[in-house]
Amino acid sequence: MTKKILTYVDHHQGKVQPSSWEALGVAASITGDLGGETASLILGKEVESLAEEALQYGADQVFLADEGQMAEFRPELLAAALKQVALDYQPDLILMPTTSRTRVLAGMAAVDLNTGVLVDVIDLDWTGEKITAVRPIYAGKLLASVTCDASPVIITLRGRAFAKPEPDPARTGEVVQVDFQPNEDIPVSEVLEIKAKETGVSLTDAAVIVSGGRGTANNPSLDPPADLSEDEAEVWKARQGFQLISELAEVLGAAVGASRAAVDAGYIPYDHQVGQTGKVVAPDLYIACGISGAIQHLAGMRTSKVIVAVNKDPDAPIFNLARFGVVGDMFEIVPPLTESLREKLES
Amino acid sequence: MKIIVCVKQVPDTAAAMSVEDGKISWGDASLIINPWDEFAVEAALNLKADHGGEVIALGLGSEGETEAIKHALAMGADDAVLISDPDLGTADNLAASQVLAAAVEKIAGADLVIFGQQSVDSETGMLPGQVARLLGWPSLTLVSKFLEANPEESELQVERAMEEGNQIIKSQFPAVVSVTKDYGEPRYPSFMGIRKASQAQYPTWSLEDLGMESPTPVVTWVEVKEPPEREIVTEIIGGETAEEKAQTLAEKIMEEKVL
Ligand SMILES: Cc1cc2nc3c(=O)[nH]c(=O)nc-3n(C[C@H](O)[C@H](O)[C@H](O)COP(=O)(O)OP(=O)(O)OC[C@H]3O[C@@H](n4cnc5c(N)ncnc54)[C@H](O)[C@@H]3O)c2cc1C
Ligand SMILES: Nc1ncnc2c1ncn2[C@@H]1O[C@H](COP(=O)(O)O)[C@@H](O)[C@H]1O
Repeated sequence: MTKKILTYVDHHQGKVQPSSWEALGVAASITGDLGGETASLILGKEVESLAEEALQYGADQVFLADEGQMAEFRPELLAAALKQVALDYQPDLILMPTTSRTRVLAGMAAVDLNTGVLVDVIDLDWTGEKITAVRPIYAGKLLASVTCDASPVIITLRGRAFAKPEPDPARTGEVVQVDFQPNEDIPVSEVLEIKAKETGVSLTDAAVIVSGGRGTANNPSLDPPADLSEDEAEVWKARQGFQLISELAEVLGAAVGASRAAVDAGYIPYDHQVGQTGKVVAPDLYIACGISGAIQHLAGMRTSKVIVAVNKDPDAPIFNLARFGVVGDMFEIVPPLTESLREKLES
Repeated sequence: MKIIVCVKQVPDTAAAMSVEDGKISWGDASLIINPWDEFAVEAALNLKADHGGEVIALGLGSEGETEAIKHALAMGADDAVLISDPDLGTADNLAASQVLAAAVEKIAGADLVIFGQQSVDSETGMLPGQVARLLGWPSLTLVSKFLEANPEESELQVERAMEEGNQIIKSQFPAVVSVTKDYGEPRYPSFMGIRKASQAQYPTWSLEDLGMESPTPVVTWVEVKEPPEREIVTEIIGGETAEEKAQTLAEKIMEEKVL
């Protein structure tokens, strides 16, 4: 049976979450096997150029609602538009990337369309009658295979779990303007302001991550300014440690991660926390510096392709997951590692 | 203001999980309140402290799944409701949200329903959006700050997190909110609190009490398994000096072709 797939292009003010395009790769492999067609839904303001991109990444057609009221993420409104398009297009499957926004949107859509969501999926199989999805649970300590009996099936895909297709500039298709009729009863929130974040590489999209733990504060040879309290002095020291980590990250084009201990002690904001109560990541390369490897931390990075650990303690559990380990002081190891990799990457 | 805070019992995050005879096992690990929900309870208690009112902990679980509710009461929640019914054993997210929404309506008069960010066991983060939709209320997820939150005086204003930055949102009561870790550290239950919680009496509601039929789940767990063992051969990089170790490590990393 051929399949109709609708992908949702998640973005912030026109800046697309890269995993949105991965959904089009998944769609192409399903329609390649089973036949069918794919449409992408783009909701926003001044987002027409994204329609072009969606076609190049593999959509056969695009539904576009380009209106002022959609400028900011307001889930109630976007869910209503998604519902309207889904009822119209009648897809068998709705694919979204897993992001802070789609976790609300997918839930609302499931209620609106009376169906289920398979969340943060890392693998899919549609050889049988129903689509079966694999999703990590208990922070990846277990894997669940799940199915959904209602239609459309809504699936959110974990970032980087599926390959991003190569855009094909020659691809074209129809762009259908959505004539959105908002439902009067929905209470819609108003976005008063956006507080932009420091723009580093985002953890969940990163191919390489360099992380620091409590060890970043442990450099006895540093002399913090005398007027600092003990806690402040610790944070001051950790900043020096994270400075080394940032320099390495910069050379590698990597994101900066952290253990919860580092976050809780105020060394670095929570955005950077990797682990069971932080972000779950799976980069190609994960370099852990001064991180012991508690089970809650490992849960967040265990599926990284190559793990490197720098730790003073030869018995630190992080070494069990590491492909390469260096037993030593990160303050001595990281700077020459940065230099050495810089030279190699430049040549 | 009347605040309902949804709390779930989960195995300790330190538990090594396994699958035995097709069933999920956490060995002898203890059962705890979902760690994300502690932030939700903390937010509820602070809002009550600022604006008055009451905090009711709401949990859905099998009979005896009371760790989360007890923890919320010990932290300072005024009252609790446990929803428990043999027919809810296979409930999926949609069913769970229908049940929670029905309980919110039965409790009646809530200004806010506060959730944790997600469950550390099933990890979907779907319920705040779903319950809000069912109630027809706004859903404000991943909130780190309540800027205006007095239903008698003004509209609701919160700061919510996204990947690219935070939104300051103006919304209205009643609303559904989920709270992120950035809200601030949850308090530890006091000794008095723990004692009070262990003696607390609170109702258990069945589907019938909620006026509901047994829901038919649409999402089914076909199989749960342990992830394939990864064969990792750890190579400890030797060397006389730190520079030498760093140099060798850099070479090894380059050989992996991940950069
Ligand atoms: C409910 C719950 C949820 C949690 N969620 C998370 C989570 O999401 N993410 C997370 O990370 N943790 C989480 N934790 C915390 C976790 O249990 C650990 O406490 C935490 O990961 C430890 O961080 P760390 O490795 O930086 O610190 P430590 O365990 O203190 O380890 C520091 C390491 O640095 C090494 N070191 C010290 N100095 C140096 C130096 N100069 N050079 C090199 N190495 C050095 C030490 O040998 C040690 O191994 C959670 C805990 C709970 C209870
Ligand atoms: N069984 C439950 N009982 C009460 N609240 C729950 C239950 N399951 C989830 N929640 C709430 O919903 C939030 C999101 O959970 P989830 O959607 O399961 O990831 C949690 O942080 C809790 O606040």
